[in-house]
Amino acid sequence: MSNWVRVAPLEEIPKLGARVVRSKDIDIGVFRLEDDRIYAVNNSCPHKGGPLSEGIVYGDKIACPLHSWKISLVDGKADEPDEGATACFNTKIEDGVVYLELKE
Amino acid sequence: MQKMKLVVIGNGMAGMRTVEELLKIAPDLYDIAVFGDEPYPNYNRIMLSPVLANEQTIDDIILNTREWYAENNITLHTSARVNKIDRKNRVVYTEDGISAEYDRLLIATGSKPFMPPIPGNEFEGVLGYRDIKDTNDMIEAAKVYKHAVVIGGGLLGLEAANGLKIQGMDVTVIHKNEWLLERQLDKTAGGMLQKNLEAKGLSFLLNKNTEQLVGDEKGRVKSVRFSDGQEIPADLVVWAVGIRPNYALAESAGIYCNRGIVVNDTMQTYDPRVYSVGECVAHRGISYGLVAPLFEMAKVCATHLANFGIGQYKGSVTSTKLKVTGIDLFSAGDFMGGDDTEEIVLHDAVGGIYKKLIIKNDKIVGSVLYGDTTDGSWYFQMLRDGKAIHEIRDHLMFGQDSLGNSGHQGQDKAASMTNEMEVCGCNGVCKGTIVKAIQDKGLFTIDDVKKQTKAGSSCGSCVGLVEQILASTLGGGYAPPSTSKAVCGCTTKSHEEVRAEIRTHKYLNIPDAMQGMAWSTPNGCATCRPALNYYLLSTWPHEAKDDPQSRFINERVHANIQKDGTYSVIPRMYGGVTTPDQLRKIADVADKYAVPMVKVTGGQRIDLLGVKKDDLVDMWKDLDMPSGYAYGKSIRTVKTCVGSEFCRFGTQNSTQLGIDIEKAFDHMWAPHKVKFAVSGCPRNCAESGVKDVGIIGVDSGWEIYVGGNGGIKTEAAQFLCKVKTSDEVMEYSGAFIQIYREEARYLDRTVHWIERVGLEYVKQRILEDAEGRKAAYERLIYALQGASDPWAERVQNREQHKEYETITV
Repeated sequence: MSNWVRVAPLEEIPKLGARVVRSKDIDIGVFRLEDDRIYAVNNSCPHKGGPLSEGIVYGDKIACPLHSWKISLVDGKADEPDEGATACFNTKIEDGVVYLELKE
Repeated sequence: MQKMKLVVIGNGMAGMRTVEELLKIAPDLYDIAVFGDEPYPNYNRIMLSPVLANEQTIDDIILNTREWYAENNITLHTSARVNKIDRKNRVVYTEDGISAEYDRLLIATGSKPFMPPIPGNEFEGVLGYRDIKDTNDMIEAAKVYKHAVVIGGGLLGLEAANGLKIQGMDVTVIHKNEWLLERQLDKTAGGMLQKNLEAKGLSFLLNKNTEQLVGDEKGRVKSVRFSDGQEIPADLVVWAVGIRPNYALAESAGIYCNRGIVVNDTMQTYDPRVYSVGECVAHRGISYGLVAPLFEMAKVCATHLANFGIGQYKGSVTSTKLKVTGIDLFSAGDFMGGDDTEEIVLHDAVGGIYKKLIIKNDKIVGSVLYGDTTDGSWYFQMLRDGKAIHEIRDHLMFGQDSLGNSGHQGQDKAASMTNEMEVCGCNGVCKGTIVKAIQDKGLFTIDDVKKQTKAGSSCGSCVGLVEQILASTLGGGYAPPSTSKAVCGCTTKSHEEVRAEIRTHKYLNIPDAMQGMAWSTPNGCATCRPALNYYLLSTWPHEAKDDPQSRFINERVHANIQKDGTYSVIPRMYGGVTTPDQLRKIADVADKYAVPMVKVTGGQRIDLLGVKKDDLVDMWKDLDMPSGYAYGKSIRTVKTCVGSEFCRFGTQNSTQLGIDIEKAFDHMWAPHKVKFAVSGCPRNCAESGVKDVGIIGVDSGWEIYVGGNGGIKTEAAQFLCKVKTSDEVMEYSGAFIQIYREEARYLDRTVHWIERVGLEYVKQRILEDAEGRKAAYERLIYALQGASDPWAERVQNREQHKEYETITV
């Protein structure tokens, strides 16, 4: 069954920025691209666990604030030649509010 | 829309490099067909010598596999020699009757070994040294025959001779000049080289003209005869007396040639649809036989094929290395010198080291290094940059090492390192990994190596060493990056060009700047956005729009991120002076928020480490102290000593001046962090010698030093001037910092900027131009006018700063 949770109104997530959503066992970074697409990934860089939400968003990628690994927000994969991926979560916008689907 | 058709004649390094560059910038513009007369896909021709010397295999040196061509939708015809170009109908034909139409044609037919017209070249066992087939022929011959003669004591000849010796043959090198490698070495170095090679078992005959090759009854070569009548046995003769551009095909198609296919600075031939790159061209009358210039041509040509219409090739200064294991030589530029040049020479005949620099008008114009080539790329860089050397002339000969006193990027180490030794401490990359990546993946630039191996991609202190490894692995294939390089992959513009355009077009925000300068990505990347943001703010203070999302996290949230995602909080203590009240407040805050560590920093203030992001704003509110900017590319601290107030040696009130400076320049953003220090006497307890601006009080006033750095590479600050009053200190140091803010590249410390522009330039701007100095100082004061404390602002406007709050679900 689906498990959608309310995150925040779209305008409370900065353009080319992010907010952190804390659920009981995981922090999720929720990112807003320039064209207002919203992506959500496990807020932990596959390299050394850096908080991705604090990085610089560009295109549909995030540069980790610790060692600048580049992670795709679309599929969670690290840019080559780095190897690794972080989990992705579904998002939607309804009436200007961002929702996130937690996994069971 | 139907794509245009690009036909490439020549499947070698120059042609395919152009295609690679083209695919990078315009992947969908053309249907590409490539014709190569060899049966192989593109391989690294400069690595044939290591193949002959059993150090690598053919598979090792393939640069583009057949899969690569397929993946990029390139039609590859191997063993297909084009013998006709019909320019009128725009079709090329091969000997076997394959044809291909083109909209644009790229001719990259390379060169062929030159064989002088003497009797006997037709005998079996006589060959040039150019391709895989020649290499295999030599390896096969070595299994059966004994006597090899290599004619030509140039780079290629010596590499061939060395390889044949390793294959087990007795090798004699014939050379018509007085010494070996006369196009790369002077007589002394040439003699040293000969001695080393003789020790490896090679024989040499110098000052010899080959008159005839003599064959046996089966039609195989059996000896070489010289003009003086001498004759030596030879079962294998390798010609290595030079190359000739392959331009017969182009010439037969009516394209203008003059000892090569004549091209302009955009690599275009006299037929505007036809381009040419590589060893087959004659550019400004010169044909190049080394790989580095070919790559420069490829880059330029690709931009024109992509219809960008930018980039000009203006010729290359080349440097060479000999790929014979155990022999280090390097030469560049005008290494012989003349009447109007000076020489600096270091010669240790017993130790086998010889270094010569040719200097003209205070600049290095040529160099020869033998035995110890570790500084080759450093000298070459200065040569290419035309850097004035009088300031370092007395140390020049002793290498880059001698300039700093520690951490000098390790240029001296590359040669002596084993494969297991670590090069990049940040990313844990060993030398062997780098060498393997360079060879397996066909890397040619520092950026490639950084990307593939991560070496040098973090703190950057090992880049010099990586460069050295790259240079020694590639030999002549290595092209040092030019000094004016693009900001990042999103643009072709250099930092200087970007700054200039921001000024001329008065861009005030990032989207306008990116659009106006034709950025190739929608919103840049993590490299260019922070740089652009800084350039906008520093060029148009009070007008440009600051973009928090283009700042690194630390500057965005005004705290310093730590490895676990917590932050550190460092309040300002002007001049390192505090009070019991402040300390009490800090202690209370540390208790209230259970701060895991309280530490005194090197900048004379107190660091609260391990703070959660959600607590930052509350903590600042409780602290009620200004931000110390300990996280930014900004003014950090002004370190002071006790000074004349208390110290029995103090000659000046350094503490007060430090406080005044820190207050005056508070909130100042800069290309990188900026640290000041003020000492009250020459004992220099505030360590002014390793600060961006270091001030030392003396009896009669203040001495100002600039460009010091205690970081990755320790750099002593250089003396700028001496002034009388503290007001003058403000003006001079403020003007210095402002010019640095306006002209340095983003992420340049003051030392890097001064290295590039020269201390003389700085002196001229600050000391000789009093008006300019005052104006610069006023610009700084104007830029800082009305700046407010970022912590107080966030405490006050909490609601607008949701980014500090975690959303809990």
